[in-house]
Amino acid sequence: MGESISCDININHLTRVEGHGNIRIRIKNGKVENASWDVVETPRFFEAILVGKHWENAPILCGRICGICSIGHTLASIRAVENAFAMVPSLQTQRLRLLLKHMETLQSHILHLYFLVAPDFLGTDSVLELIKPHGDEVQRAARLKLLANDGGDLIGGRRLHPTRTVVGGFTMLPDRIKLATLRQRLHAALADLNKTAELFGSFAIPDFTRETEFVSLKSDGNYPFIGGQLVSSDGVLREEEEYLTMSNEYMVSHSTSKWSKLSRPSLAVGALARINNNFASLHPHAQDIANNLGLHPVSHNPFMNNVAQLVECVHVVQDSISLIDELLGSEWQEPRQTVTPRAGAGTGAVEVPRGILYHWYQFDKDGRITRADCVIPTSQNNANIHYDIIALAQKLAAQGKDDQEIRLLAEMLVRSYDPCISCSVH
Amino acid sequence: MEKSKTYLGVEIKRPRTAFFELSSCEGCQLQILNKEASLLNFLDLLEIVNFREAMSNGSDDYEIAFVEGSVTRADEEERLLKIRKQATTLVALGSCACFGGVNQLKNRFHDLEWVKNEVYGGHPIETQEVRPLSDFVIVDLSIYGCPIKKEEVEEIVTNLVLGKSIDHPRYPVCMECTANGNICLFNLGEPCLGPVTRAGCDAWCPNNRMGCWGCRGPSDEANFSQLQEIMDSHNIPRQAMLDRLECFGGFSSAIREMEK
Ligand code: SF4
Ligand code: SF4
Repeated sequence: MGESISCDININHLTRVEGHGNIRIRIKNGKVENASWDVVETPRFFEAILVGKHWENAPILCGRICGICSIGHTLASIRAVENAFAMVPSLQTQRLRLLLKHMETLQSHILHLYFLVAPDFLGTDSVLELIKPHGDEVQRAARLKLLANDGGDLIGGRRLHPTRTVVGGFTMLPDRIKLATLRQRLHAALADLNKTAELFGSFAIPDFTRETEFVSLKSDGNYPFIGGQLVSSDGVLREEEEYLTMSNEYMVSHSTSKWSKLSRPSLAVGALARINNNFASLHPHAQDIANNLGLHPVSHNPFMNNVAQLVECVHVVQDSISLIDELLGSEWQEPRQTVTPRAGAGTGAVEVPRGILYHWYQFDKDGRITRADCVIPTSQNNANIHYDIIALAQKLAAQGKDDQEIRLLAEMLVRSYDPCISCSVH
Repeated sequence: MEKSKTYLGVEIKRPRTAFFELSSCEGCQLQILNKEASLLNFLDLLEIVNFREAMSNGSDDYEIAFVEGSVTRADEEERLLKIRKQATTLVALGSCACFGGVNQLKNRFHDLEWVKNEVYGGHPIETQEVRPLSDFVIVDLSIYGCPIKKEEVEEIVTNLVLGKSIDHPRYPVCMECTANGNICLFNLGEPCLGPVTRAGCDAWCPNNRMGCWGCRGPSDEANFSQLQEIMDSHNIPRQAMLDRLECFGGFSSAIREMEK
């Protein structure tokens, strides 16, 4: 401790994250000379691809921005089109969409927590190595993921790139008996989630904080997921269609992904941001888990995002049970409204697993897209990850930590954000 | 995991396998991790030595390489050539790898400068025309779909490991849809590429009352003039059909043919 250390860490294509990003840390005699988070992913130019396309194409194409959160992209896309055409979805459609969204949140968070994060805390290379020593955990992860995926199939037609979700509603409604079975399985999953909380409670979450601004949708009494006002922990409040003044994207050299800022040099979105901004509207069971795991708003420890994801898993399972009760408590209505296109523009803001996502399209009178914009959670987090890495490197250098430890903690820091890099570049 | 497996009394070896991604949504790799009930058995067929999304410390000593995504930048071209050199069997995983996928829609603008400017407003960003793997290297096996269907992948991979031949269905999705007893989507006023798209997904979209968008590319001897007739007889605008045909890249030669 206290000795002046020197190291040169270059991590190309960080593993156990989605997409391609690099970490660089250079420390000389205990002083951080350079530290950065560089996104090197290839852009696919979705905003250009959409130009000239008929409205019906938008959700199908935009779902392909990301495999992990394709449901969120599809729903944000649908919402942007519906807002542009001044359509209001029926209560039944709203409930089904939220339920579908919950299935994605659950599947994505579980995948992240068990497959990508747990190996770091258990000192292994991949989840495959956990199969023997931690067989129960792996089984539990598979069970939870399967449940979420089956729910995605049931509501959306397909867990990945859904087939039933369309502008105006759904092509088809889920089978009511299967919905009741899903409810039972969700209920049984609560025990698995409590066990997961025990497991994560046994992990030593690294002690590191850097104050930042948290951006999310704003609670209207319910924990927010689809549409509504935008809020920041520094007190900024905006309407959905004013998203540009919330995201403020800009380019930096050495990153193919855009960056964002609001009141400070960087901002954070994601599970921790949502919980920091909307703790009171979480389900009481989720609040209990948060309290037990030491997550108290406002938490500025980015590693706590892992805990926040777990807390959200509990919330979405509890909320899904209520949603199914509501759906089963009323008769099925028409699944789908007819769409009347008009000239105009619309925004769709949705909380996807990694944070707030915006889609915006402008249409001509025939309903063809003339311009499009998609602002991705990870691109909003990139600047924050970058400044966190600098601060973490400084802290660890001051403590005289060795290369190996700095390397691992830097990797874990980036992983805690669950970055979705292909998505951020799109 | 089991030490050795046998098939018809003959010992089979778990091939050293690697997964890679070029420009893609990584959805096809995610599908590999899905179907949890049989996931462990599936993984047991292979010795996975490289899967960046799921493990650290990958190795470059592999026999089978699954490559997801299309080529959109010079460095991806290089990576692909390197993978080809190492792999005995190179598998194109998903429509991006097979046909360019949704990514290739940017090619329709012909002017890359406009495309770059539209998204990055003059900021220097490198990109090139989107190409499928087969434009650069020999592809030994294609797994179609956007996303790929895990059931089909399991079957294909099992055959690969056993050294059996792999045959894709030659018939269109329409046959699977009919066999499933669905109402034809044309009768519900919905365009569908089922009549010309290669089967193998078990009519995934039509089963959910969504017309097929042709993600698996053309079936053998697809009849496009007849598709046009069906569309016309149901008053479906030509543009709706073209939008679908160009969506995943598999029909690019058919579209050129139709535009003649
Ligand atoms: S083929 Fe589709 S699902 Fe697969 S990587 Fe490409 S866009 Fe994603
Ligand atoms: S129905 Fe068509 S679009 Fe859907 S998965 Fe099958 S081939 Fe792809």
